[in-house]
Amino acid sequence: MTLFFQLLISGIAVGGVYALVGLGLVLIYKSTGILNIAQGAVVMIMAFITYALSEQLGLPFFLAVLVSLVVAMLLGVLIERLCLRPMIGQPLFSTIMMTIGLMLILQSIPVMIWGTSLKAFPRYLPEHPYRISGVFLSPDYLYAFIVSICLFIAFLVYFRYSRSGIVMRAVADDQMAAQSMGVNISRVSGIAWAFSCLVASVGGIVLATITSVGIFLSPIGLKAWPAVIIGGMDSIPGALIGGIIVGVLEGLSGGYLDNMLTGIKDVAPYVILLVILLIKPYGLFGLERIERI
Amino acid sequence: MKRLPSGVYNETYAQDMAVIRTKAHWVLTVLALLLAFSVPWLVSPTALQLFIKIAIYVLAAIGLNILVGYAGQISMAHAAFMAVGAYTSAILNLHGVPFFLGILIGGLLAGIVGIIVGFPSLRIKGFYLILATMAAQFILIYVIEHWTDLTGGMFGIEAGSPVVFGYDFGNDRDMYLVVLVFLLAGTFFAQNLSRTRTGRAFVAIRDSDLAAEVMGIHIARYKLIAFFIGCFYAGVAGALMAHWLGAITTHLFGMNLSVWLLAYCLIGGMGHNVGPFFGVPILILLSEALTAMTTSLSLSYPWLLTAIIPLHDLIYGLAIVLFLIFEPRGLGHRWNIFKTSYRLWPFSY
Repeated sequence: MTLFFQLLISGIAVGGVYALVGLGLVLIYKSTGILNIAQGAVVMIMAFITYALSEQLGLPFFLAVLVSLVVAMLLGVLIERLCLRPMIGQPLFSTIMMTIGLMLILQSIPVMIWGTSLKAFPRYLPEHPYRISGVFLSPDYLYAFIVSICLFIAFLVYFRYSRSGIVMRAVADDQMAAQSMGVNISRVSGIAWAFSCLVASVGGIVLATITSVGIFLSPIGLKAWPAVIIGGMDSIPGALIGGIIVGVLEGLSGGYLDNMLTGIKDVAPYVILLVILLIKPYGLFGLERIERI
Repeated sequence: MKRLPSGVYNETYAQDMAVIRTKAHWVLTVLALLLAFSVPWLVSPTALQLFIKIAIYVLAAIGLNILVGYAGQISMAHAAFMAVGAYTSAILNLHGVPFFLGILIGGLLAGIVGIIVGFPSLRIKGFYLILATMAAQFILIYVIEHWTDLTGGMFGIEAGSPVVFGYDFGNDRDMYLVVLVFLLAGTFFAQNLSRTRTGRAFVAIRDSDLAAEVMGIHIARYKLIAFFIGCFYAGVAGALMAHWLGAITTHLFGMNLSVWLLAYCLIGGMGHNVGPFFGVPILILLSEALTAMTTSLSLSYPWLLTAIIPLHDLIYGLAIVLFLIFEPRGLGHRWNIFKTSYRLWPFSY
């Protein structure tokens, strides 16, 4: 039973990170209707940039994190301005191919600069695991979960109460109506991309703290996709619940089934994704879109 | 729409339907075929390997073009279908099934797996379908990699030498000719498919599936047919690749290859049969040339060594992004513009 709780807790913690990265996907989808396949690559490149700032430039770790968050927001605005702005009015396929192209570019740049070997952040968290009635809880996982939840709550509050959050929700609801009310749509999508890269960056730093910095972060970042699909593409609470479901299922399948099926951990989220797409394509909390000609 | 030189009129239905219409077309076609078949005697052995690689990828890209460019069903699992064809053919060959039969069975099995993967397309479309096929890519490769008894797992499997009636096609020259025959057959079929009832149904579904359904097109059937045909091509291409390389592992068929195949189609022009013939050679030659250049430069600048591996991806990514911004309809569209203006040259007004 201890093993079960152990797996459950680490699964929830990793799921929190998936949810965080998935939140970035939901932000962009809600305000611009674009699917960002490059999210995993952003997760990876931001982990590398944080590593470079803290280890290679020698900044104190928390300063490095702050700087890399700013860099992430700039990256988001840059991507939106250079690559997605020309795609307005193009078919869906073009925008998706654009994010796929971005994924290739963003994945290859860090490998060019830092190579394929694994790097590690300096230790900035306590070493000793906490022990709660026989279950060990590593501080990495605990703080990962706390950071994810805090950011989630921050974004929920932002969307609920702040002016620009309400504007973003308006754009998500109906672009044309929002535009006719005087909302600057292109600015909103710029903000959405900036925030999306910001949460991807936090996700990357947290994931790299739990594991290490390397190119494997990009496929891990892609696992935010199953999380978002399970929760529903346009639902923020859905992303949280979907992320935790994916994290827990991944942890449990890795713990119990790995003896029989090696590496099942990495495909389990995609199996769930396929099942959800077949049964309930709009996710658990997503809004079903009715198509009209 | 056919672009005929001035003074040529179609007087019968057969003339109107002909792909190759004038004498000049025939001469050009025959010359091109002769040139294609004489390549092994004209180029160096290294270049010939590049030709084989290009021909195999073109074959796979034609299949993807039917699926994505004509039927509008975006697939990110094309490399996995190639893997299905490759492993099927390799395993059958090891158990004594003849070479050509093995390739065809490989294609058929890939097509059947394609139909299964295509089932979600009946309920979902657009980006949901992309995610479903992405999931299929990971799952298929996982299954192949972990079915160790059959596929050799991580270490891959040997694909037997292509022997037909005691004659070994194992060298590069004969393999090129075999691949070329498959490629020509595939091109012939694809070019004709786009002019049949099925091909028109694909285009109708791509442009508006609801309208197509209202017009009486059986959407489910045609979507699955598109998946079958596209994946059949992938399976045959994968099988040819297996027998050419002699040994395969799952690393050859990762998600990167799926994305590269999409890039070939996009740069060649989606929905142009001629597209893959532009997209594949240009991208492959570009990345091979740049890789060779970086490798030779890294002798004097060692820090360039780390840049060699990701260079391929970077070029493909940049090509996708730049083409989407500056030439979203691809080189196939440019080719049509060229043909139109050439027809009226020198009075192109």
